[in-house]
Amino acid sequence: MAVISIERMGLLSVVCVSLFFSSTFAVDRGNFKTCDQSAFCKRQRALKPGQSPYRALLETLELSDSRLTLQLINDNNKVHLLLELYRLQGNMTRVKINELKPLKPRFEVPDVLIAEPPTEPLSVLSKDDNGVVLSLGAENQRLIVSARPFRLDIMEGPEVLLSLNSRGLLAFEHLRLHKDTQAQADGAEVKESVDGDQQQDEGKKDEDGESEKEEDGLWEETFKSHTDTKPNGPTSISLDFSLPGVEHVYGIPEHADDLKLKTTDGGDPYRLYNLDVFQYELYNPMALYGSIPVMLAHNTQRTMGIFWLNAAETWVDISSNTAGKTVFGKMLDFVQGSSEKPQTDVRWISESGIIDVFIMLGPKPSKVFSQYASLTGTQSFPPLASLGYHQCRWNYNDQEDVKSVDQGFDQHDIPYDFIWLDIEHADGKRYFTWDPHKFPQPKEMLQGLMDKRRKMVSIVDPHIRVDSGYKIHNEITSKDFYVKNKDGKNYEGWCWPGNSGYPDFTKPEMRAWWASMFAYDQYEGSMENLFTWNDMNEPSVFNGPEVTMHKDALHGKWEHRDIHNIYGLYVQMATAEGQIQRSGGVERPFVLTRAFFAGSQRYGAVWTGDNAAEWDHLKISIPMCLSLGLVGVSFCGADVGGFFKNPSTELLVRWYQTGAYQPFFRAHAHLDTTRREPWLFGPENTALIREVIRQRYALLPYWYQLFYQAHKTGMPVMRPLWVDYPKDTATFTIDDEFLIGSDLLVHPVTEEGSRGVTAYLPGAEEVWYDVHTFQKHNGAQNLYIPVTLSSIPVFQRGGSIIPRKDRVRRSSTCMENDPYTLYVALSPKKFAEGELYIDDGHSFNYDTKKEFIHRSLTFANNALTSSNLCPDCNFLTSSWIEKVLILGASKPSKVLLKMDGKETPVDFEFDTSMSVLTLRKPGMNAGADWTLLLQ
Amino acid sequence: MTCLHLLLTLVFAVSLGTPVEIQRPRGVPLTKKQFYEEGKPFTCLDGSRTIPFDRVNDDYCDCKDGSDEPGTAACPNGSFHCTNAGYRPMFIPSSRINDGICDCCDTTDEYNSGAKCENTCKELGRKEREVLQKMAEITKEGFLLKQQLIEEAKKGREEKQGKVTDMQENKKQLEEKVEALRTVKEAAEQPEKEAKERHLKAWEEQKAAIRLEKDKAKMAEAFLELDDNSDGFVSVSELQSHAELDPDADGTLTETEVQGLMGGAAQVDTSTFESVWTNIKDKYHSEVSRKEPEEPAPVETPPDEVKEPAVDNDSEPYPEDDISEEDDEDEDDKDDYHEDDDKVRVNIEKELSFDFGPDAEFTYMYSQCYELSTSEYIYRLCPFNRALWGREKNRPENNKYLVMKYEHGTGCWQGPNRSTTVKLTCGKETVVTSTSEPSRCEYLMEFTTPAVCQEPANTEPSPHGHEEL
Repeated sequence: MAVISIERMGLLSVVCVSLFFSSTFAVDRGNFKTCDQSAFCKRQRALKPGQSPYRALLETLELSDSRLTLQLINDNNKVHLLLELYRLQGNMTRVKINELKPLKPRFEVPDVLIAEPPTEPLSVLSKDDNGVVLSLGAENQRLIVSARPFRLDIMEGPEVLLSLNSRGLLAFEHLRLHKDTQAQADGAEVKESVDGDQQQDEGKKDEDGESEKEEDGLWEETFKSHTDTKPNGPTSISLDFSLPGVEHVYGIPEHADDLKLKTTDGGDPYRLYNLDVFQYELYNPMALYGSIPVMLAHNTQRTMGIFWLNAAETWVDISSNTAGKTVFGKMLDFVQGSSEKPQTDVRWISESGIIDVFIMLGPKPSKVFSQYASLTGTQSFPPLASLGYHQCRWNYNDQEDVKSVDQGFDQHDIPYDFIWLDIEHADGKRYFTWDPHKFPQPKEMLQGLMDKRRKMVSIVDPHIRVDSGYKIHNEITSKDFYVKNKDGKNYEGWCWPGNSGYPDFTKPEMRAWWASMFAYDQYEGSMENLFTWNDMNEPSVFNGPEVTMHKDALHGKWEHRDIHNIYGLYVQMATAEGQIQRSGGVERPFVLTRAFFAGSQRYGAVWTGDNAAEWDHLKISIPMCLSLGLVGVSFCGADVGGFFKNPSTELLVRWYQTGAYQPFFRAHAHLDTTRREPWLFGPENTALIREVIRQRYALLPYWYQLFYQAHKTGMPVMRPLWVDYPKDTATFTIDDEFLIGSDLLVHPVTEEGSRGVTAYLPGAEEVWYDVHTFQKHNGAQNLYIPVTLSSIPVFQRGGSIIPRKDRVRRSSTCMENDPYTLYVALSPKKFAEGELYIDDGHSFNYDTKKEFIHRSLTFANNALTSSNLCPDCNFLTSSWIEKVLILGASKPSKVLLKMDGKETPVDFEFDTSMSVLTLRKPGMNAGADWTLLLQ
Repeated sequence: MTCLHLLLTLVFAVSLGTPVEIQRPRGVPLTKKQFYEEGKPFTCLDGSRTIPFDRVNDDYCDCKDGSDEPGTAACPNGSFHCTNAGYRPMFIPSSRINDGICDCCDTTDEYNSGAKCENTCKELGRKEREVLQKMAEITKEGFLLKQQLIEEAKKGREEKQGKVTDMQENKKQLEEKVEALRTVKEAAEQPEKEAKERHLKAWEEQKAAIRLEKDKAKMAEAFLELDDNSDGFVSVSELQSHAELDPDADGTLTETEVQGLMGGAAQVDTSTFESVWTNIKDKYHSEVSRKEPEEPAPVETPPDEVKEPAVDNDSEPYPEDDISEEDDEDEDDKDDYHEDDDKVRVNIEKELSFDFGPDAEFTYMYSQCYELSTSEYIYRLCPFNRALWGREKNRPENNKYLVMKYEHGTGCWQGPNRSTTVKLTCGKETVVTSTSEPSRCEYLMEFTTPAVCQEPANTEPSPHGHEEL
C-alpha cells in the first residue's frame, strides 16, 4: 500500500513527489541501497577470500558437558573473540562468536528461539597443536577445529559436510572508541579497518589515506538526505560457509526471485532488510518486507540448513564453482571423472550483533524442518475459517458497501469467510477506531456478518497518529512506550495518518499493553468475529531512510540498527497475543502480517505485499511462497488479482485458480483500481471463479489437516517437489508447480493465452490421478496437458487418501457438520493411506483438552480401514462419510461395511472407463472405527 | 445420525383461514408435486436416471440435476422451496438447508441444524405490504406527475418547433422579399426616386416587424428559462439568479435591484413579463447559450488533493467551492447573442434533438441541475448536459431510460477519467437520493423522478397473489 501514500504525501512535500513519481511501473531503485551504498557491506565485500587472520588459541579450550569455549585472536589487531560451540539435540550444531571483552554488550536477538535449545554432550576425540577433533554423537559425525588459521569442519565419515571460515572471510569489527575520544583516552594505536583484513602490509603502507577514507562510513554514513550517526562506529560481522557437493541452495526470503538461489557474483548479494518497497521488481536480490535468515542446502544425499540468528541488516553472497559451467562442461567433468566436486560457498554479512549460527544437519528434508521448528517453533494452527477465501479491497467504502459485497457472494452463490477493511475504515487512520460517517455502527455490521457465519478483518498498523485527542497516542505517550530518536525524544515519522509515532514493540510491557487494547471493551466496536491485519510493520516510515526507521533511533539501550528485522515480528506477536487474551485464552487468533522474521510463523499468516496485476507477478507468487514454506512460514499467499493496476479478466481468473491452491487465499486491490469482486466480469467468468473457490472449500479438510501437521512437525504445507522427491534432480529447480502436502500436485496456468502446460509428475514408482477427470498418469514424466480457461491442472498421488467436503456452502463455518467424501487414489500396488483431522475449528481445546479426532485411513488388501491415531482424544462430530471414491480400483462383486461387529452391504457403482469405484452412502460417523471390505 | 431424517414433512399453509394439509417431499413446490409420487420410482427431472423413491431426500445426491434432493443439501445444484405462508414463497439453493442460517422466513430450511429460527413471515408480509402500498402510492402520484410532464413537454415542444418553423419561414419570406425587391429594382430601367423611397420604407417596416417578432420569441424563450419552477410566473428569486442583469454592475444583483427591474412586482406572468423584458433584454444571457460549448464535468467533486487530506480535517465538510465556475467563461457569447439570429434557433434545435424519452417526459430536466450534499462533498447532476442514456451490463433489453451515463469526465489523480452512472427510479420528486464511489472516480448516483414512473398495473397490489395452498 505504498503508492498513494507517497503521492498524498506529495501535497506536503514537493520533494517526495518528484522522487516517487515515475512514469514506468517499477521500483525506484534509487530509494534503496545497493551493497556499495551500505558502508559495512561495501567494506566487508571488499575482503577477498584468502588466509584468515584469525587463530584459535587451543590452550583456552574449555569443555563442560555440552559447551565448548575457545578464544580466537585476530593476529592483525590482537582483538580476542570468544567462540562457543554447542551440540544440540536433534543433530544440530550451534556456533557463537562474540568479542571476548566488548566495550559494551553486543546485541543478541531475544524472543526468536522458543527456548534455550537443549544440548547433548560433546566429547574430545583428539587434540594436538593443530586442532581438536570433537565427536558429534552416534552418526559418525565429527567437528574439527583447526587452529591456524581458525576453521571449523563438520564431517560425516570421510565426507566434509560443511566448513566455516574455510575461505577466511570471518570478520568481526570489534567495538572501539571513536578516534578523537580514543586519542584522549589512551593514545594507543589501533588500526581502523576491517579486523579481518589480511593485507596488513598494504594497509600500513598507505595507512593515512586509507583510514581517512574509511572514516566516512565508519562513524557516520549518509544516504540521500539521511544521515546515520553511528555512535558505536563499525560493528559489522561476517562469516563464510562452504558446502561441498551442494549445487542447490534455497530460502533466505523475502525476495521476488526464483526458488533456487542464484550466485551473486557480479551483482549485489541477497539483502535481508525489512522494507516497504513501492512497486517491487521481480527476479533480483533486493530486500522486501520480511527477512528470514535461514538457508537450506540440498543434494541427492542430504539436506542441511544454516540459520543465522541476527536481526540487523544482512547481506548474503552465494558463489558456486559450477555456476559458470555449461551443461556440456559439467558433462565433460562427469565423463572425464573430474576431481572437482561441485561446491557452493555462502557468506553472511550483518551490520551489528554477534555471530550466532545454527547448523541443521538433516539429513532428510523433513528432518531439517523439524530441526528448525525445534528452534523457532512451528506454524501457528490457524482457525479453520482463515483457510477459506478472503475478500479484501482498499477500501470497502462503508457499511453499506460491506453489506452489498456480502450479499453479492450469496447472490452469486460463491463461498467466502472473511471480508477485510483497509486503512480508510478508521477515523483519520487512528487504528482501533472507526470512521464515524462510513462505519457508524461497526457492531451492527459485524453482527450482520456473524448472522451469515462470516468474519471480518480490520487493519491495525503500528504507526500511531500523533494527536492529543487520540487515546492510543496519549496512553503510549504517558507510558513512554514510543521508540526514541538518537537524542532521546519520541521518534516521529510520516505514515498514513501524517505525523506518527512508533511504539517500541521490543519492550515486553509495551507488547502487553498493546495486547490489552484488543479487549472488547478497549477496541470499541470489535466483536469476536473481528480479526486483525498488521501492515506497514517493517516499519514503514515514508520520510525515513529507505522508507523505514533511522538506524540510530533507540529501543531502550539498543539501536534500531540492531533490531530492525525483528520489529515486524513483535508487532504481530503482540497483536496475536491480544486476540488470544480477549477470548480468555480460548480462541485461536488470526493475524496477517507483511513484515516478518524467523519465528513469525508462530503468530499467523504473511502475504507477499504489494504485488501487481501482471502475469509475472502471478508466476512469482509460487517461488515466493515456496521459499517461505521452506523456512517455517507455511501460511503464505499473494494478493489474488494483483494489488496495483487492473488485471485482465484472464489474468484474474488464472490468479483465482492459482490462489485457491495456495495456503493464504485473499483477493486484494489498490484504491485506484476498478472494482473486481468475482461477479463483475460476466457470467462465464463468475462461473469460473465460483468453481475454483468451491474447489478450495471442498479441500478444506485436507488443508486443515496439513496445517495441523505443519503445526505439529514443521513440515511445510505448500512444498517444492524436491522435498518429497529429494533424490530426483529433475525436481530441484522446479518452481512453476508445487505440492500441497505430499498428495496433491498443482501446476497452475500462469501464461497468458495458454493452450497447454507441461507438468513434471515426479516419482518413478508413482502414479498420479487428474483430480477432475480421474485419469491416471505415470510418474517420472513430463506430461503435456492441454488447457482451457477452466483448467486447473491438479493431480492426486496414487497411494493417498484425501478427505473432502464436497457440499457447497456459504462459508467454512456452515460446513461444520457436513459429511465427508473420501478420495482414495490407489498406488500401483493397490495401496493408499491418509489422515483425517477434525476439531471445533477455532479454539485451543484441541491442545488444552485434547478435543479432536485424528484418524488414520488405510486401504490395503481390498479393505479400507479407519483407525484411531489418538485414542485418548475426545471430540464428537456429527459429520459422516457420505461417499467413497476409489480411483484405480477394479470392480468388486460386493462391498461390506464392518462396524460395531456388524456387516452391512453398501451400494456401489463402477465406472469401467476410468476404473473408479463409488461407494454410495456408507454413512458411518467420521470419528468411528470401521472397515469397508471389497469382495 | 444426521443422514437419517424425515423423508416427508407435513406442510401447512393457510388459505382463506382454512388449514389445508398437503403431503409432499420436503422442499418440493406444489407445481412439481406430481413428479414425486410416494412409493413409485422417481425419475430425475432431467430424465437422466430413475431411482427408488426412498432415495428421494435421503441426503445423498443421485441426480445430476439435484432433483432427488430438494430437501437436503446433498446436491450442489439443488433448490429448496419454502412456502413462507404469510409472505411469499421462494426457492433457495439447497446448499442453504441446515447451514445454521435462517433463510426461509417460515424456518423450514433449518430443520436439523440447531439454528434457532423464528417464523417472521407474517411480519415480513406486513412490511412488504406496507412498502408495496407506499410504492403504489408513489407510483400512482408519480405517474400522474409524469402525465403532466408529458403534456408540458408536448406543448413546449410544439411551441419551440413552431418557433423554429416561424423563424425559418420568416427568414425565407425575408429572403424572398429581398429577392423580389432586387427584381423590381433591376426591372426598373429608369429609377424613379419616389418609387424607390416607397419601396425602401416598406422594406424598413418589414424589417422592424421581423425584429419585433424575434424579440418576442426571445422574450418567450427567456421567460421559460427564467421560470425555474415552471409555475407560469417569473419570481424575484428566479430572476435574481441572473447576475448579469445587475443594473449598477457592482457584481451583486440584490433583491431590490431585481424588484426595480420587475417594476415592483413580486412575480410576473407571460403578459406582464413584456415590461420586464424591456428592462433586461440587453443584458440577459440565455441559459441555453451559457451551457455552450465548454463546460466543466457535469459531476463535480473537489480535486483529489482535497479529497484525501494527508494530515487532518478529514472528516470536515468541504466548502461549496465549485458550483458556478461557468459564470466568467461566457464573455464571448455575450456579443453574438443579440446579433446572431440563428443562435436561438440552433439552440432550440439542439434541445429538440435530445432524446427526452418516448413521451418526452424527461424534457423538464433539460438545463436543470440537481444537488446532493453529503458530509464531504456536494454532488451535482445536470442531466442532458453530458449524459447519455446507458444500459446496465448484462441486461441489454433493459429499459434504457433507467440509467444515465456520464463518461470521460476530468481525469483523476493517477486514476481513470471520472465517470458516473445514474440510476433512475420512480419518485414524486426529482432529487438525487444517494451517491457512492464504488471504484475510484467511478460514481454511482440514485436519482428519483416521476418521469420513470410506470402506470400502476393494478390498483390493489396483493402480495398474496401467488401464495400457495
